[in-house]
Amino acid sequence: MQRLSIPFLLAVLFTALVGMSYYEYMDLYVQSVIMFMGVNIILSTSFNIINGYMGEFACGHAAFMAVGAYVTSVLNVLLFTKDRIFGPPLLDPELALYFFPFTLLAGGFIAALVGALVAIPSFKTRGDYLAIITIAANYIVTSTIINMDSIGGARGFMGMKKIIFAMEDVVYLPWMLIWVLLSTFMTVWIIRRYVSSTYGKGIIAIHQDEVAAEIMSVNTNKMKMVAFMLSSGLAGIAGGLFAHILGYINPGSFGILKSTECLVMVYLGGMGSLSGAVLSAVLFTLLLESLRFIIPWMDQGLHFMSLLPDGYHLSQVWKWVIIPMILVLLMQFRPEGIMGNKELSDIFPRLKRLYSFK
Amino acid sequence: MFESIIQNIFNALQWGSFYSLIALGYTLVYGVLLLINFAHGDIFMVGAYISFFVATFFLGTLPGLPGWMTLALVIPLTMILTAAVGVSLERIAYRPLRRKGAHRLYVVITALMCGLILENGNLALLGASRKSFPEVVDKVVFTFGSVSMTNLKVWVIISAVLVFIILQTIVTKTKIGMAMRAISYDKFAVPLMGIPIDTVIVFTFVLGSSFAGLAGLLFAMSYPILDPYMGAMIGWKAFIAAVVGGIGDIRGAFLGGFLLGFVEISVVAVFPSTYRDLIAFSILLVILCLKPTGLFGIAKTTKI
Repeated sequence: MQRLSIPFLLAVLFTALVGMSYYEYMDLYVQSVIMFMGVNIILSTSFNIINGYMGEFACGHAAFMAVGAYVTSVLNVLLFTKDRIFGPPLLDPELALYFFPFTLLAGGFIAALVGALVAIPSFKTRGDYLAIITIAANYIVTSTIINMDSIGGARGFMGMKKIIFAMEDVVYLPWMLIWVLLSTFMTVWIIRRYVSSTYGKGIIAIHQDEVAAEIMSVNTNKMKMVAFMLSSGLAGIAGGLFAHILGYINPGSFGILKSTECLVMVYLGGMGSLSGAVLSAVLFTLLLESLRFIIPWMDQGLHFMSLLPDGYHLSQVWKWVIIPMILVLLMQFRPEGIMGNKELSDIFPRLKRLYSFK
Repeated sequence: MFESIIQNIFNALQWGSFYSLIALGYTLVYGVLLLINFAHGDIFMVGAYISFFVATFFLGTLPGLPGWMTLALVIPLTMILTAAVGVSLERIAYRPLRRKGAHRLYVVITALMCGLILENGNLALLGASRKSFPEVVDKVVFTFGSVSMTNLKVWVIISAVLVFIILQTIVTKTKIGMAMRAISYDKFAVPLMGIPIDTVIVFTFVLGSSFAGLAGLLFAMSYPILDPYMGAMIGWKAFIAAVVGGIGDIRGAFLGGFLLGFVEISVVAVFPSTYRDLIAFSILLVILCLKPTGLFGIAKTTKI
């Protein structure tokens, strides 16, 4: 019972969500919010490996996401659709359904390789210098994509919707939702396994004291390499999903702002807390979407109380004033984030009786 | 060929001056607090906007004044107001965290978020329409053969050098500069020696922000289109320049800024301009990999 509760809950959640979107109880907007929630969970938990457990200050997570997004989309469009640049499909479009997980993994793999490139400088440097290296890596990746004209350059890349349609032609199911949910569960599970393994213990030791860890025979370079590759690979998978949810990507959507979103999610949830990272990704997505409605209400309310001049209306830009403000306040009053470095079962010990998550 | 090289060197010097001016602010704050003040690029942007409002105000109320006199009013006022913005940021956001002894990382995140607030708050309050900076002084173009330079560009370069000299003297020669260096050396022993740590930190922010305001004014005069995101990109780049120079070192920031300017302009001279960021950042990454503490940085030994 204790061992099966989490898989059971997840299975119920999965069937409920897929069923509701199959029978169209959920409109497309709600579906897309749920999918973005999944992508954000992957991003935040994977970023948590480096910035939370390992205690580094990397700020270029969006770069790996961009790599994954582009590799997966280009592979899929090349293989399964008729495209203006890439010509007729190389494989039968019906195979898209079966190959999609593999292209997704390929995107993750290439992103992991790029992550390894960033990991090499991190052997020698830490802290502020690593921050720069990752920021520079983010800029390098986005401007490389801008300069690659064959995949659209700054105009962006599209055609991923056709893949979804091809998948739906085989079996009519909300495929994107299924892939997102599966990858989210897998990611959280992999990270959980990783963190409780010797590798996870190793990066936590690096967080505490790198020199001491090395003396205690922790192979810090190997640990860092694995951590960076895992984190960026998962970010690549998140990017691939993101690209297929939207159906259109451009280099601008993987800039520093996206990396900042990842940072916000990690520090909102608490460094080094997996359940915190999941929770903060969910909360962050909900906050982002709810502000879409709250801001017009606030606008009406303030006009009603005539606190605002008639010619001025609160626009959606205020979203990006309110979110940083929340984080600034959080840093002032609860700098360790929602969960600190504790897990849900540490805060509520009674939950341990109900589930075990390994 | 020769003339185009001279022209490019001149352009590089001008770009490098902007980077240097902003990088100096980063490095000053870092040198004292070991804090990457990510909001600094946005303080530069705020400085440009402040100079815009101040300049339009003076041009509107005192229309007959000669250009240099308006400028003599605009420059100090812009610097004071921008310094006020920087100091209030320190007062509201950073100081409470420092008092609580929060981890350095939390202060960095706060700085990053303050930058976002400044950017988007500006966009939300002033709208997306771009402001165009009024012409305060007449543009004079000097031409030597096919090399042309404007009086503005010369001023930009001269002011960058002047600011560098001023900061270098303040930090190395004066008493308050000694206090600044002392704080970065040992934050806990300094208050015990009777040095008012908060005053010194506020002074640091005043210096950094006011020169960012000056940079904003000069930038707005050279490229008279203002938009709220102009500080972000140039700020990140100046920060990278400061790190390449060895963050915390005034000379490093100054030279790093010029280095970045030269790299960018020479990339644009050879490759299409879209490659500018790509190649410039790659070169800087290579420099950092070879010399991880920057050109002037001193490697710190960690004790267990």
